[in-house]
Amino acid sequence: MSRTVTTQRKMITTAAAWTIGLVIFFPIYWTILTSFKTEAQAINDPPLFFAFDWTLENYALVQERSDYMKFLWNSVIIAGGSTILGILVAIPAAWSMAFVPSRRTKDILLWMLSTKMLPAVGVLYPISLIFVEFNLLDTRGGLVVVLMLINLPIIVWMLYTYFKEIPGEILEAARMDGATLKEEILYVLTPMAIPGIASTILLNFILAWNEAFWTLNLTAANAAPLTAFIASYSSPEGLFFAKLSAASTMAITPILILGWFSQKQLVRGLTFGAVK
Amino acid sequence: MSLKSTLCAATALSLITATGAFAADPSATITVATVNNGDMIRMQGYTDKFTEDTGIAVEWVTLEENVLRQRVTTDITTKGGAFDIMTIGMYETPIWGANGWLVPLDDLSEDYDVGDILPAMAGGLSHEGTLYAAPFYGESSMIMYRTDLMEAAGLEMPEAPTWEFIAEAAAAMTDRDADINGICLRGKAGWGEGGAFITAMSNSFGARWFDMDWNAQFDTEPWANTLNFYKNMMDASGPTGYATNGFNENLSLFNQGKCGMWIDATVAASFVTGDDSTVADSVGFALAPDTGLGKRSNWLWAWALAIPAGTQQQAEAKQFIEWATSKGYIELVAENEGWANVPPGARKSLYENPDYQAVPFAQMTLDSILSADPANSTVEPSPYVGIQFAAIPEFAGIATEVSQEFSAAYAGQQSIEEALEKAQAITNDAMEAAGYR
Repeated sequence: MSRTVTTQRKMITTAAAWTIGLVIFFPIYWTILTSFKTEAQAINDPPLFFAFDWTLENYALVQERSDYMKFLWNSVIIAGGSTILGILVAIPAAWSMAFVPSRRTKDILLWMLSTKMLPAVGVLYPISLIFVEFNLLDTRGGLVVVLMLINLPIIVWMLYTYFKEIPGEILEAARMDGATLKEEILYVLTPMAIPGIASTILLNFILAWNEAFWTLNLTAANAAPLTAFIASYSSPEGLFFAKLSAASTMAITPILILGWFSQKQLVRGLTFGAVK
Repeated sequence: MSLKSTLCAATALSLITATGAFAADPSATITVATVNNGDMIRMQGYTDKFTEDTGIAVEWVTLEENVLRQRVTTDITTKGGAFDIMTIGMYETPIWGANGWLVPLDDLSEDYDVGDILPAMAGGLSHEGTLYAAPFYGESSMIMYRTDLMEAAGLEMPEAPTWEFIAEAAAAMTDRDADINGICLRGKAGWGEGGAFITAMSNSFGARWFDMDWNAQFDTEPWANTLNFYKNMMDASGPTGYATNGFNENLSLFNQGKCGMWIDATVAASFVTGDDSTVADSVGFALAPDTGLGKRSNWLWAWALAIPAGTQQQAEAKQFIEWATSKGYIELVAENEGWANVPPGARKSLYENPDYQAVPFAQMTLDSILSADPANSTVEPSPYVGIQFAAIPEFAGIATEVSQEFSAAYAGQQSIEEALEKAQAITNDAMEAAGYR
């Protein structure tokens, strides 16, 4: 009897998981599908699922109109640069918070997280003025710094959580064996936290890749990444859904591939310490 | 590779990234910020010709309309200098011109023939008689209707119909079983979407946003008449969910043969008669309706090219504007893509050209533009310039909130009276805070 209940429960859980998965995936599926339609087919009512003449004309048109590789390269530099810089700052910060906490460590962590609650537009003008003053407008370097800063609270929090799972005694043992602070972080802590660091890197990279407020507001022709590439296909007057879908598909493909190949690492890292 | 080497490499990579990225771009190109409209995209395709002729390279930054507004506003107010030319509209131009944020276009060459710009357009893009932006294309609004459905309903569209006729025709053309809605109109929240339409419509009902002392006028009868008429007609003959329909949603419905009439921007004429339309062969045009009070419900708008003050490449930017908004550019497009595809609504000479006169919607577009008067848009006197907007900096924010209240009323979430009461309070509060009252 109990076995039947377990099987039923498993079936329900599986069905629920598939349903949720399909609901989450549907917008991506629909975007990809629409990218192969003509503009007229894209707005057809009732919507067309498979029975239409598939076309690649939107991809050809987008390629012809925009320099995709330039946007892609900017995305890679900005997302990659901000992630690397963020990790370099966050590892020592998280180490100190996890292993040498002070009375105020929890407060600092909460304060860091609270900066994420401020609407970005609230600091648009101060940041823009700083960018103008330091000649950073429309530079990849400026965006690397800004995206690093806005994602830093999340990186520190994630690393702090992973580091807390590592027994402090191991680090103490290393210290007793004569390891310096640098050696302790580099050769003892970091190798043990590799799954956590890897998932933090991946998550931060995805967040930076998808960031669409600062990357639109602080760039023009030189440093614009794929978010600007997508935004250029939205139109207030005229049909644009098929072309926009093609541009979106091209923009999300690299990150989808990265996510697909690293999903094992990502899941392992994100569930690290979740079950005790 | 050891962990230490990996971290060193990562540090080096990030430093190289940052250092390389901070380097200034040595190129001498001009950067143009623009919207993704058909005519703008077409212009981008001809830029090589300009570069060939002048040696000036052009970089394009194409953004969605609202993002573009935010982006160029930030850039101009912080003196960012990211753009040498900005695509802006009739709303921003006089305000920014008055603030000294734009370079006056008062020394355009003789060949350019500034006198050829339609007076309504030149007026809307000027401040105290000085032109601050050159119109790339202009538009008004008009009725686009299905001639076959009108005929089947036993009616004939007058050239200048009244709202009463439009409501009657919409009811007669509506066939719910065949999925045909008699009329499709904007209801979507947003000052440039449903807000623009209802403001232009209200002018014909004798309403205005402000009296001469900048007091909101939503508590007056003409506003109640406007909203009640709109809602009754749309509930009876409009599409489901009209409260969330904007330009593109209605274009899509019309092109699929699901609207008997559509009152919207004149530039839509080329879309509803184009390849993507299933009803291209049976579309007629008429002036936007009135109620006999002397004002029609059509608006006036132009997408124009302006130079932000402080650009280092003013001369090159001016040269580009002269090229892109010239008679020569219109001829270049006509030669390659036909007269129906030239940017409309900016120059008198275009409408004097016999080739262009043959385009089915050309005359109605011109008539609609000529019947719009931004300086005198309301029946009762008003202190502002603009037809579907009031050219004051506060308007965009206020009108967005007001249009949200109206859309909620269209959707049945509140009554018309409640929406108007809230609109009155929102507007008066904002105007008081801004120091007008």
